[in-house]
Amino acid sequence: MTQNILEMQSITKVFPGVRALDNVSLNVSRGEIHAICGENGAGKSTLMKVLSGVYPHGTYEGDIVYENEIVEFKNIRESEAKGIVIIHQELALSPHLSIAENIFLNNEIKKFGLIDWNKTGQEAQLLMARVGLKENPNTKVMDIGVGKQQLVEIAKALSKRVKLLILDEPTAALNDEDSAHLLSLLRHLKEQGISCIIISHKLNEIATIADKTTIIRDGKTIETLDMKADNVDQERIIKGMVGREMANRYPAHESNPGTEIMRVENWTAHHPEDPSRVVVDNVNINVRKGEIVGIAGIMGAGRTEFARSLFGKSWGTNISGKVFINGQEIKVNTVKEAIKNGLAYATEDRKRFGLNLIDDIKRNISMASLDTFVKRGLVDDNKEFEVASGYRESMNIKAPSVLSVVGKLSGGNQQKVVLSQWINVKPEVLILDEPTRGIDVGAKYEIYTIIQRLADEGKGVIVISSELPELLGICDRIYALAEGRITGEVSKAEATPELLMKYMTTEKDNN
Amino acid sequence: MSITTEKKTSLMDNLRARLEGVNLRQNGIFLALIGLILFFAATTPNAASITPNNWSNLVVQNGYILVLAIGMVMVIIAGHIDLSVGSLAAFIGAVAGVLVVRPLEQDGWEWLPAFPWWAGILGAIIVGALVGVWQGFWVAYVGIPAFIVTLAGMLLFRGMALMTLQNSNIGPFPDEFRAIGNGFLDKENALGAALGMGESFNVMALLVTAVGVIAIWIQTLSQRRGRIKYGQPVEPQTWFFVKNIVLTVMVAYVGFQLSQANGIPFTLLLLIFLIVLYTMIMNKTTFGRHIYAIGGNLHAAMLSGINVRRVNFWLFVNMGALAALSGVLIAARMNSAVPKAGDGFELDAISSVFIGGAAVQGGVGTVTGSMIGGLIQGVLANGMNLNSVGIDAQMTVKGLVLLLAVAFDVWSKNRK
Repeated sequence: MTQNILEMQSITKVFPGVRALDNVSLNVSRGEIHAICGENGAGKSTLMKVLSGVYPHGTYEGDIVYENEIVEFKNIRESEAKGIVIIHQELALSPHLSIAENIFLNNEIKKFGLIDWNKTGQEAQLLMARVGLKENPNTKVMDIGVGKQQLVEIAKALSKRVKLLILDEPTAALNDEDSAHLLSLLRHLKEQGISCIIISHKLNEIATIADKTTIIRDGKTIETLDMKADNVDQERIIKGMVGREMANRYPAHESNPGTEIMRVENWTAHHPEDPSRVVVDNVNINVRKGEIVGIAGIMGAGRTEFARSLFGKSWGTNISGKVFINGQEIKVNTVKEAIKNGLAYATEDRKRFGLNLIDDIKRNISMASLDTFVKRGLVDDNKEFEVASGYRESMNIKAPSVLSVVGKLSGGNQQKVVLSQWINVKPEVLILDEPTRGIDVGAKYEIYTIIQRLADEGKGVIVISSELPELLGICDRIYALAEGRITGEVSKAEATPELLMKYMTTEKDNN
Repeated sequence: MSITTEKKTSLMDNLRARLEGVNLRQNGIFLALIGLILFFAATTPNAASITPNNWSNLVVQNGYILVLAIGMVMVIIAGHIDLSVGSLAAFIGAVAGVLVVRPLEQDGWEWLPAFPWWAGILGAIIVGALVGVWQGFWVAYVGIPAFIVTLAGMLLFRGMALMTLQNSNIGPFPDEFRAIGNGFLDKENALGAALGMGESFNVMALLVTAVGVIAIWIQTLSQRRGRIKYGQPVEPQTWFFVKNIVLTVMVAYVGFQLSQANGIPFTLLLLIFLIVLYTMIMNKTTFGRHIYAIGGNLHAAMLSGINVRRVNFWLFVNMGALAALSGVLIAARMNSAVPKAGDGFELDAISSVFIGGAAVQGGVGTVTGSMIGGLIQGVLANGMNLNSVGIDAQMTVKGLVLLLAVAFDVWSKNRK
């Protein structure tokens, strides 16, 4: 009988072309708060999906020992039956249902086959008391704040007799007060014997709350730190997260930045659903011709929101600030105007926001620049074919022809289609949001080469990325964004992962 | 070794690229239509389904549904639906009646000046487009789902049709107006008489057919040549010729049959014009391409700078105008504007579009496919009528055909 409630032993999980987890081990003792740290894409979420049965037994290698027996979960229901409950970053609540209904969703209290609403309300109140939620259980979930919604999720987990609670970025969307409440609740649950795994980017939180921290990098376990014994601070965690070989993963490149091509002044944007929330806060940046500028930031820092609000106000509300292209101020209210003024934005989520997956390569490449193919009022599809074929050649898009359907291509080739689409609008400045997300190492190298080629052609390139080594490898200058504000600007020469990570985790109160 | 595998894959790629030029679904449904025609030719008494007069009937009886289906396929590709077109056609029929027939016996319209027939038609189509403006406003700029807006429109326009008609019928229409729905090009065979030929067939019909066939060959050949010049993959040559010859034989056959009846119906000429026009709009204009982009991925379309609202708005304006045209055809054919006109036609048009290969999720569909889908329904109904199949069995068959056609799509997609 060990002290450990959970032992994940040598877990390996392979996706086509990517080894997401490589021999990862994780041991969690009873009644402990165990933090998992790592960069975006390091494999944290994949590990939790393996644990909770989202990736069923048989699709991974290695053993999961839970309460001293090997478990083989086929789905989430089986892991929940054993008391393992995962709360995702995006809450899984039904907004139009009440708190009580949400707590017992798919776990309803029944009498003679019918839902016993009296008992449901009563039980819900007990659970809500345990998490410190003082609301009417009949309140709709959409009418309470995100912080309280988080508590509803935990109450829901308690209703399932949770023994091991997994929280994925629980405080990312919370304000300080709600975060503090949540963390004290976790401590409280710990005293009641509930073990907890917490995935977080907020290193100061981890430093205060976690008993142990396991660091994952590139799908491998790097180390497990005992937070009390080892006297670990944030710097120590950062070092574990970022230290990796960087040789040969990035093509060598010498930039020759010219004159300033774009300048953004005092850019501010508010959340479209909650206009009181400032998501992009007074951002000032500039880009020069032929320069590759990086924007670093943890998830939720407002990177994509900044880019999209800049790109024809395609995100956000109450947007203010000035944009200059080649010294001229431009007024841009729609995406079309943004494109006309020389901006291009390639999305982080190509499947949802970038591509028409059921259409062919040719039509996807021409989508944003269709007007340029019009001859005497009609789209010249021969010219379209010719141009698209040119990109297939120059970008090395692997497909039998440009008439192939985009949905069938690999992630890397889809990304090349997205880039072709935006290069073909002949922009001055390209904003590339996570240009290498979800694609394999070889294709990444090709994308880096393309980015450098664009810079050499005199365009300004902004690269938004969650992968620090990527930014350090290809950017001439990097801005760090935290909570919607620029918290640091470093040149290639002075940039180190540690420095960037420090800026990225700078919080408002510390200033 | 590596060389041989490379060769193999390039051969496979080549084959795949070649097959991509062939639209299997579209050709499949075309074959299904031919199969149906042959089936009824064999089963109807005295081969009644392929007599000259029946061919003529088939065209004029389905013309108004096909006109609706042209607008409907565009709406469905963009991811919407329009349930109001049947009611709208009735309303516009009533408007045309008021404008053209000037029913002096109807109270409240005394102020209206006399309109010549053509101005009446034009006015009716303008009113239809204005109704489209109304629906487009709610869908595109207020953001109410088209299902709701047009469901409301279905009641609204039926009500307005009743109001306009004051619960009675308006008719008869002048002959020129009726000709759109019932008339034929050179019915008296004046051309034949002038040339001193063709006692038993309509020379004008043969002439139009010949022009049509030549146009098909010129168009397809020049398109093919252009594609080859730019290195685009094209259909295999034998396939191209087989397909075009089959098409030629079909067109020539139908044209010949029509020449033995009353000649080419005006409805058919109108339809051919619309099919060519709208196929071009959908494939060759930015408006058409934006419709596909919106239906394929709305978010991506927005982030590509496509003015989604404007496209949606004009889609409904266009649908309104086409529904109006359909209403005019119905009124012309019935020689009377009646309150019940167009009842359930929206469902026939929607079925045509889905049988014709459009996807419920949007982004997929063609004008020609929808036309074939509409003809499949028309041939089925016509053939079953000639076989004296009851309305009960007819509805059952129609329902099953729609379900199976879409099920076939889903299966073939899942198999990929």
